[in-house]
Amino acid sequence: MPGSDSTAHKSKSRRPKYSQFSQQELPAFKLILTPGYVISTFIVVGLIFVPIGLISLFASETVVEIVDRYDNECIPKDFRDNRVEFIKNKQTNKSCTRTFTVPKQMKSPIFIYYQLENFYQNHRRYVKSRSDKQLQSKKNAAHIRECKPMGETDNKDPIIPCGLIAWSLFNDTYGFSVKGKDLKVNKRDIAWGSDKNYKFGADVFPKNFQVGDVGGKSLNSSIPLSEQEDLIVWMRTAALSTFRKLYGKIEDDLQANDVITVVIENNYNTYDFKGTKSLVLSTTSWIGGKNDFLGVTFITIGGICLFLAITFILLYVIKPR
Amino acid sequence: MTRGRIRAKLRRSQLYTFACLRPHVNETEGSVQGCPRVIYCNQPHMHKKRPLKYCTNYISTTKYNFFSYFPKALFEQFNRVANIYFLIAALLSVTPLSPFSPVSMLLPLAIVVGVSMAKEALEDWRRFMQDKEVNARKVSVHVGNGVFSYKPWEKIQVGDIVKVEKDQFFPADLLFLSSSYEDGICYVETMNLDGETNLKVKRAMEATSPLNEDEAFKEFTGTVKCENPNPSLYTFVGNIEYDRELYAIDPSQILLRDSKLRNTAHVYGSVIFTGHDSKVMQNATTSPSKRSGIEKKMDKIIFILFAILVLISLISSIGFAVKINYQTPQWWYLKPKETDVYFNPVKPLVPGLAHLVTALILYGYLIPISLYVSIEIVKFLQAIFINQDISMYDDESGIPAQARTSNLNEELGQVDTILSDKTGTLTCNQMDFLKCSVAGTAYGVSPSEVELAAAKQMAIDLEEQNREIANAKHKNSGSEIELETVITSNDGNDFKRRIKGFNFEDSRLMDGNWLKEPNVDTLLLFFRILAICHTAIPELNEETGNLTYEAESPDEAAFLVAAREFGFEFYRRTQSSVFIRERYPPKGQPVEREFKILNLLDFTSKRKRMSVIVRDEDGQILLLCKGADSIIFDRLSKNGRMYEEATTKHLNEYGEAGLRTLALAYKQLDESEYSAWNSEFQKAKSSIGADREATLEHVSDMMEKDLILVGATAVEDKLQKGVPQCIDKLAQAGLKIWVLTGDKMETAINIGFACSLLRQGMKQICITALNSDSVGKAAKEAVKDNILMQITNASQMIKLERDPHAAYALIIEGKTLAYALEDDMKHHFLGLAVECASVICCRVSPKQKALVTRLVKEGTGKTTLAIGDGANDVGMIQEADIGIGISGVEGMQAVMASDFSIAQFRFLERLLVVHGHWCYKRIAQMVIIKDFPT
Repeated sequence: MPGSDSTAHKSKSRRPKYSQFSQQELPAFKLILTPGYVISTFIVVGLIFVPIGLISLFASETVVEIVDRYDNECIPKDFRDNRVEFIKNKQTNKSCTRTFTVPKQMKSPIFIYYQLENFYQNHRRYVKSRSDKQLQSKKNAAHIRECKPMGETDNKDPIIPCGLIAWSLFNDTYGFSVKGKDLKVNKRDIAWGSDKNYKFGADVFPKNFQVGDVGGKSLNSSIPLSEQEDLIVWMRTAALSTFRKLYGKIEDDLQANDVITVVIENNYNTYDFKGTKSLVLSTTSWIGGKNDFLGVTFITIGGICLFLAITFILLYVIKPR
Repeated sequence: MTRGRIRAKLRRSQLYTFACLRPHVNETEGSVQGCPRVIYCNQPHMHKKRPLKYCTNYISTTKYNFFSYFPKALFEQFNRVANIYFLIAALLSVTPLSPFSPVSMLLPLAIVVGVSMAKEALEDWRRFMQDKEVNARKVSVHVGNGVFSYKPWEKIQVGDIVKVEKDQFFPADLLFLSSSYEDGICYVETMNLDGETNLKVKRAMEATSPLNEDEAFKEFTGTVKCENPNPSLYTFVGNIEYDRELYAIDPSQILLRDSKLRNTAHVYGSVIFTGHDSKVMQNATTSPSKRSGIEKKMDKIIFILFAILVLISLISSIGFAVKINYQTPQWWYLKPKETDVYFNPVKPLVPGLAHLVTALILYGYLIPISLYVSIEIVKFLQAIFINQDISMYDDESGIPAQARTSNLNEELGQVDTILSDKTGTLTCNQMDFLKCSVAGTAYGVSPSEVELAAAKQMAIDLEEQNREIANAKHKNSGSEIELETVITSNDGNDFKRRIKGFNFEDSRLMDGNWLKEPNVDTLLLFFRILAICHTAIPELNEETGNLTYEAESPDEAAFLVAAREFGFEFYRRTQSSVFIRERYPPKGQPVEREFKILNLLDFTSKRKRMSVIVRDEDGQILLLCKGADSIIFDRLSKNGRMYEEATTKHLNEYGEAGLRTLALAYKQLDESEYSAWNSEFQKAKSSIGADREATLEHVSDMMEKDLILVGATAVEDKLQKGVPQCIDKLAQAGLKIWVLTGDKMETAINIGFACSLLRQGMKQICITALNSDSVGKAAKEAVKDNILMQITNASQMIKLERDPHAAYALIIEGKTLAYALEDDMKHHFLGLAVECASVICCRVSPKQKALVTRLVKEGTGKTTLAIGDGANDVGMIQEADIGIGISGVEGMQAVMASDFSIAQFRFLERLLVVHGHWCYKRIAQMVIIKDFPT
């Protein structure tokens, strides 16, 4: 079986073309870590990071935050042993009043959050139980397949908005007053613009919602979903079991030592699953809410870098190779 | 049978005293029981039905056919652990259990598998086209009534009589019936079988050799009984019943498929083994799919990762089940009373299991499919770099290096053992007459390859010394020296030979100057021995008018060319005479002389010498002999040892220079002495019986003694460019190099020296089998025990060696290897071989090459690389972890079967040391970097 002889002849042009790339001769640079490079890099990083950390820590310090856990205190003494029954009983009076003092001056806007603990909004069964299509547009009203087990009423009518998330909407309410004067709570613009404009339709109205088995807050069936900002905030599920959600904003300044009175309608059932409820008032700065973590991290890393740099310098001076 | 017709000019039977005229042995009837295959020659219709229906001559070397491609190629792909895993993952991701969309799993898998399968398909298609071409070749077949007509190869059946013409390949294994030569010989080139390019003589049976015409096959019938198909190229057991007589068939009467008919107008043969039954095809090994070490290692890593994955998933699903059981009943916002498969606080086991599957998919990113895609892409690019490397491009043949499979790039960097073919790979298969020693005087000044290399090495050493002396300041002088050496080496390489086979340079002998030398008579005799003592045939090249010589071995041809250049041109051979044209320059006119050949004592590897007895024009009878020096020196007469000392010295020098040496001697005979011997010789020749050969040998022995030493020759087996340096560098890099060759042991050892595989001072361990052709079981056992003893002795010797610098070379021959490769012995053999610095296996068949490769690969567990150029290397190329084909002159099979192809052996160094290293390092780094995120 002789091979093809032709290949040997026609091949004068098969010489590979020369280029630095094809011959792998391109100039290459390989960093060699000399003590000079290493030490100066560490010093530069340290010198940049430490000030950044200090600035952000300072910014975080300027934020004023008030946290008040109320789930225990808002149960009347008679029901302390039987909280679940209390919260489930429709007859009981669930109003409760809390007061606290403002430690420092709080400039508007002051954000009101409610904070839940041990509430797993991230459970797969929970997080999947919604129909984005249905929320978006009126014509998808019957689109409830994903919403199990809260897709339809007992009469097989589709629920709008369907799903466990919407069904378990938070339903405590807060009323604020300072020195006997009511504070106005602004509940507009607490949700994301994109959610309001695109994900929740202006033509979708609640229907069959909280009929029969009532989970949480009911919705006014004459207001479209895009206006129901509490729902929109709630439907943006939290990643962790402890989370804060925006309730509203107070657009007045509060002075130090002002005593705030809050009237809470304690409706939401966190007692079943041993969760907690807190009310949070907070101002913001350029780094957002109160958050020391960022500053501490920057300072730590910068500090380590400077420490290493100094160690290397000492090593280099005392015991050079 | 027109005997008066002009046929081939020679009756060769007189030249081949040992081989021919063998009387038919009738005692073989007893051995029929070992011959289950029955063939009715010239009666192909008998083979249409079972049980005599044998396989057709259609061959197929493809891995797949149209229907089996999909299942088989898919199976091949899913042999990879990773692919299987990804397939399962992809299938699971289609189910509702999946936490994300299935496309992200299916698409990469489809790409990876699809590309590999397409590559397979393309390669197989190429093989198919090659098979098709082979199957469609035409050969002349007897169709009845003495008429021959052309048929494609695939239509040939067992029992057919085929007529093969000059320079055609044999279509199947044939029983040689007759040839255009009257005495039924033919010449065969077996390059595709053993890589040797010299011609081999085959001869038909005495009984059938008169059947050398188309007409003669009208009535011819015969019954062959023979062994079943087997891969052994050098054995054949069988007999033929013809004219109610039984004749034994020996291996030299078998013409093997894929060898080529040369120098013979046509031959007739009866088809014995067809298609896949033929010896060549039996030697073929199916091309396995090769996988690189990194891939195998990655498979293991993936197993580990998979175990981790399962563990993580198990933990998470147990946690899930526990949580579902104890906590979620209180989580009213999940509506725990409305259960389904995935959520059921009452029966936590069911959702736990479902979650296990989900978790497996979810955490599946632990196993990086993207890594596989990236590796494929990177390897593809690396292959392009290899193809584009300008320093692996051969200017002469215009062939660049080619990475034919990109799977094994990084494997190149991890090679431990190189198994190399010799002919065509290390050597050019060309002999050059380089030096000679006549009457104790050494002639010939041109240096051999080895000497050049040594000189260069010395120059480099010198330069290094200089550098040490001169400080780093004198950089300029250093580079100057370098420049100089480069220039000199180029000079050496660019030296062009005017005549092929002749590289002799010495003004004392050339152009008739030898007449002025003191030992004119001895010189004359020397040249005559060169010109007369051989078995070659001259062939006139009609275009150029030059003579070329068809010799059994290339060194014989080199001798004849040398003789011609010295002025003794051998130009004609008749049945009884050799004609020499002698030219003495002063006169200018050549003198034609006839030497009558009285007897020819053939060369065998056992005798290691050949002689002719001639009568010159003056009626004087001369015995001219050439042979291995040790043999000749033993047979010198007392007064014939005049030059022994000087010649021995020269021979040692030549040996060190890596040259192949032969000693020449002669003896004058009286008429009476000769006739007395001749009658005895003729008697021995015509004797019948098993001891015939021994008698013949004994008689020859009697004649070949009391010789007078004339001189010695040194022939260089031309190495390919840069081979010794390359081997040296590879050895420095810690690679072991084995040479597997189909050549004779002497040749192989010589080449070992030439390419610095063997060095002076190395201890050679030769392992040879007791010479026994007997088939009996006991004899086999004895041979085996003997070999085992040799091996253990040698191992013992190495163990006891105290000198840490002692190097050993193992030399083993094909027949011995056959025993050494048997299951119970191969580990002893391997153990010994691994201890040796170099290993040379001679006379090995293609199958044995593959077996040795497998033994090394599996025995040592290290990466092996096989390099070869001919069809006989295909097995080993396929078997080794990496197969490299030399895309040179010897056809394309080796290249087709290889993973990489380069044009010259010396490129191996760059391929391994540079590309292999880079590819390995880069791939390894990429795997680490890509694995890091997961």
